[in-house]
Amino acid sequence: MAEIRGLTGDEAVAYAVKQCDVDVVSAYPITPQTIIVERFSEYVANGEVKTEFICVESEHSAMSACIGSSLTGARTFTATCSQGLALMHEMLYIASSLRLPIVMAVANRALSAPLNIHGDHSDMMGSRDCGWVQIYAENAQEVYDWIIQAFRLAEDPELSMPVAVNLDGFTITHCMEGVEVLEDEIVAKFLPPRKPLYTLDPSKPITVGAWATPEYYMDFKRQQVEALASAKAKLLEVTKEYAQFSGRKYGILESYGMEDAEAAVLCLGSTAGTVRAMVKELRARGEKVGIVKLWLYRPFPMEELMESLRGIKALAVMDRACSFGAPYGPLCSDVLATFQRYGLRIPTMNAIYGLGGRDVRPWDLSFLFDEVLKIARTGVVRNPVVFLGVRE
Amino acid sequence: MSTSSLFEKRAWKDLPVAGIIPEPGTSTKYRTGDWRTRKPIIDEQKCTNCLLCWVYCPDAAIERTPKKVMVNYDYCKGCGICANECPVKAITMVMEAI
Ligand code: SF4
Ligand code: SF4
Repeated sequence: MAEIRGLTGDEAVAYAVKQCDVDVVSAYPITPQTIIVERFSEYVANGEVKTEFICVESEHSAMSACIGSSLTGARTFTATCSQGLALMHEMLYIASSLRLPIVMAVANRALSAPLNIHGDHSDMMGSRDCGWVQIYAENAQEVYDWIIQAFRLAEDPELSMPVAVNLDGFTITHCMEGVEVLEDEIVAKFLPPRKPLYTLDPSKPITVGAWATPEYYMDFKRQQVEALASAKAKLLEVTKEYAQFSGRKYGILESYGMEDAEAAVLCLGSTAGTVRAMVKELRARGEKVGIVKLWLYRPFPMEELMESLRGIKALAVMDRACSFGAPYGPLCSDVLATFQRYGLRIPTMNAIYGLGGRDVRPWDLSFLFDEVLKIARTGVVRNPVVFLGVRE
Repeated sequence: MSTSSLFEKRAWKDLPVAGIIPEPGTSTKYRTGDWRTRKPIIDEQKCTNCLLCWVYCPDAAIERTPKKVMVNYDYCKGCGICANECPVKAITMVMEAI
């Protein structure tokens, strides 16, 4: 029987990791990820898991330990955010380039300065090109389900790629929700022991991380690009199978109201809940609006996004991070590049929102929907980039 | 020793995954002389077999026999140290054909 537990997003991560029978966890605590590490170390201390918990002096060391652990074939997990993820940055590339299926929870938090511990996507967006599969969850239930699916996806013998599961700092990490959890045996059945692509084994020596001259390096990167792209098809297989085990169906993206929408909002993470509520309200008043939420951000699901936006007259893309000096926020840049690639011209505006934990209130969203509906009517984008809720 | 098939220039699809080298000891199969741009030529008439080049070569690419010294071009990187050290100027560096 499925059981419903009251869990915060962080606790949902720790509980899922516990059920995934992880061999090694190496992590350094940082707000708002701390509860993940605290809860998990309690499981270790109480003997509820067989996991080796490696305490380290920094996130750089945490990811280094994870890389070493994953190379031996161990199922490996870590969690971090913000400055911690930034400190891991160089090691993230090594994990993905070596095709190590590490799973990491990122409790999205702003980057300093000024110092801020609250939620935004600047951390993950700053490392968005690091070659990891990147997933954004909307609530604690999604976090729980995605962590379990992330291990299965990461460890797929043909894929073997690290996966980051993002959960908005505080909004998800610290809010308690009812989370339907699976029985341990069900998780064990869904997630068989890892079969590594290759391992460090003294009886069969190999060289890892060797020097590649200019004549080879680029070909390895070409290989990596293709490998990451293949994660999309694998994710669909994994989510399909997970639905059979859990009754909950995930995928690449989720949309609402898009069947006949003329104006749409695209976003990632917890904000989707508020936007969806607003879409329901506006549709009740006869406005043809819709929302598309991406679960999968990297590899960027170009075809699926095009399919979901087919027929709309205007789009607002919500970015919870700045791409300083760039024409748009990171998500909007990806969307517009995709339009360009597919020869699509949908008038699009970009809303930067929620930086450093700034609340996205219903009236901020009504302003956004007013704008995007105006664009749908006129075809003119007056303000290509707006900062939601900033005092003028 | 001939170049291992491991080091033949393969298309990206055929390279070992993640850039790992799946067998041990392959460094012995790698001819580090591949990237030499200048090549030392020993004039046997001038050479006195003093062995200074053998001592100085940083890559142990000078091979000695009782009568003379020879360059192992599989490993000579073309640095020119031997030519610089030879007391009788028996070694000249010539450009590799491109
Ligand atoms: S050129 Fe350099 S590497 Fe080659 S034989 Fe002379 S000293 Fe050795
Ligand atoms: S240093 Fe010159 S003279 Fe001496 S062994 Fe070498 S080539 Fe001959």
